Amino acid sequence: MSSNLFEYLLILGDNSMILAHRLSELCGHGPSLETDIALTNTSLDLYGQVRNYFQYAAEIAPEQPGASEDSIAFLRRERQYRNCILLEQPNVDFAHVIVRQFLFDAFQNLQLEALLQSSDSQIAAIAEKSLKESRYHLRFSSEWLKRLGDGTETSHQKTQTALDYLYPFVHEFFDETEIEEIAAKEGYGAKLADLKPGFESILKEGIESATLKIPDSKPRFAQGKLGIHTEQMGYILAELQFMQRAYPNLQW
Amino acid sequence: MKEINEEWPIFEVFIRSKNGLEHRHAGSLHAADSTMAMENARDVYTRRQEGVSIWVVESKHITASNPTEAGEMFEPAKDKVYRHPTFYELPIELKHI
Repeated sequence: MSSNLFEYLLILGDNSMILAHRLSELCGHGPSLETDIALTNTSLDLYGQVRNYFQYAAEIAPEQPGASEDSIAFLRRERQYRNCILLEQPNVDFAHVIVRQFLFDAFQNLQLEALLQSSDSQIAAIAEKSLKESRYHLRFSSEWLKRLGDGTETSHQKTQTALDYLYPFVHEFFDETEIEEIAAKEGYGAKLADLKPGFESILKEGIESATLKIPDSKPRFAQGKLGIHTEQMGYILAELQFMQRAYPNLQW
Repeated sequence: MKEINEEWPIFEVFIRSKNGLEHRHAGSLHAADSTMAMENARDVYTRRQEGVSIWVVESKHITASNPTEAGEMFEPAKDKVYRHPTFYELPIELKHI
């Protein structure tokens, strides 16, 4: 029981953490001062949520004495990370950043709403706090999606390119693993299939009002939640883990 | 499709720090339009809990006094001390005035 809960918390936390890391790469490199701060704020919001998940995970991991939020975040091997591979995709350009964010925010809003009903009071409390942040993230990414899609010919084309590339990854959100299946059955996790209609309607509305087209491409084969990642992940972990590997137990 | 506008317009940001107080000028920022200006203002000026309400207005909509006319605008008020209500004697019981 505790072990499935632990793995479920990793799925929740890793999605947010890997996206937060990607956004943190933009610190000082945003397209304008205002967007730079906005994206960094989003990154920090997500890291805050990750801390909640991993602090809780450390608490309920009796088979891992000495586990802490830091050891969970920084000292796992690549195969032990359970994020969807959409979130590890590189920033490429501002259109990719916004589209990736929009696709995640749409899913995450619905997932957090469902988790308000979690039988685990800790998960429900984290969801309640995170949902306010996530709603704002969705508002931010949808507004930007509209402006990029319905902006100039160039911005439209770049955003459609980003959507064509990233859209096939979204199916992994709903590809239920055994961990999520048990979590839903036992009442502390979200039933992913229930979120799909809501997700599709947020996407349809957001993408159509941005004058973009939902690609009719096939789902991309993805097993990030089972620990199988794209080649991007190695680079992310190298940067993410460097400090804790080079200076074990480093604090500041 | 709109024309490419190389520079985003500037917006002035006003923040109310708590209920009951007035909005105060916090600074300015660039944004493509007023919806984005509101989001930028939220991210740039209220990230440390500075406010409970935001107004944004495009700077071009503000009519400002001309600094070169400061003499005729403001100096005449300088020697009119009698315009300050400081010549009344107030009863001691009256507080907070």
